[in-house]
Amino acid sequence: MLNEGLSARSPKPKAKMNRLYPLLLLVAAAMFAYAPFMILAAPYESTMGLIQKIFYFHAPVAMTMFVSAFVCGIASAIFLFGGRLGADRVAMAAAELTSILGLIVLVTGPMWARKAWGVWWQWDARLTSTLVLWLIFQAYLLLRRFGGPGSDRLAAGVALFGMANVPFVYWSVNVWRTVHPTTTVVPSLQPGMRGPFWYCFLAFVLLYVSVLGVRTRLEKRRAELEALYLAVEE
Amino acid sequence: MSRGTRLLAGLVLTLALAAPAAFAQQPPSRPQVSDPAQQGFVPADKLPQQEPIPAAPLVAFAYAFVWIVVFGYLWSIWRRLGTVEREIQAVSKRVTSGGRG
Repeated sequence: MLNEGLSARSPKPKAKMNRLYPLLLLVAAAMFAYAPFMILAAPYESTMGLIQKIFYFHAPVAMTMFVSAFVCGIASAIFLFGGRLGADRVAMAAAELTSILGLIVLVTGPMWARKAWGVWWQWDARLTSTLVLWLIFQAYLLLRRFGGPGSDRLAAGVALFGMANVPFVYWSVNVWRTVHPTTTVVPSLQPGMRGPFWYCFLAFVLLYVSVLGVRTRLEKRRAELEALYLAVEE
Repeated sequence: MSRGTRLLAGLVLTLALAAPAAFAQQPPSRPQVSDPAQQGFVPADKLPQQEPIPAAPLVAFAYAFVWIVVFGYLWSIWRRLGTVEREIQAVSKRVTSGGRG
């Protein structure tokens, strides 16, 4: 009976969603295959030259990281206050993705900074708050991994703090004096730069949604495996 | 303690407390030279032809890093999902054989 329940096919909407993720992944892969041509065709920035090309991946990844932190925070709130286990799985997947995206931002940024500012790292508000955001999600993952029973609720609280940090990271460049470009850069992009930028952002969002779906499925299957082990023990 | 000793002790204490502030307000011993052109003029044709920090390796590394991380993460999900699926199948078989026995 239990075995039948586990091997039974998912309900139709979920099965459709499971088929949608590989399709989204393929679309994202096709978009990324064309992205270098758009980035190369984009005009060079007058003061930074070639190094500014990092912007077309660095900024969209950072924006996707913000989206991911919000997804994790909102899903954690639904889990904390609504007790929905599905939301907890989404939060876990989003936290891992936020950590991965944060790592990309924190490594590609210094590559750009080394040439543009002459230093790998600057302890200014934007860079430091981004590092803090990344560390919060590392704390979330460590809690989930080593926290023991009850760590899921504790980690959900940490995720809320992570989400709350996002507006500070975003506005830090406008409030404090920093060497990092301000938030006016993206809205004021020249047409030749605007196209590749939003194209890369869309590609990263598609990649994010598809990977989030697959990663959430992994959490679901893990929960099913745990239930199965418990059933065997009983 | 005599009045003179107390006065001397108070003076020493005041100096000790004021010393960090006094040192903090000291001007730098030498003026900072921010522009190399202030120390001597260099003709433009004497400048090195290469960039001091080449951009191409940094751009290449940044893009390569993105792809290494993305593919590495996709591979790790695929591997973990495969392990869980195999484990589910193995435990399901145990449940089925246990039920028959």
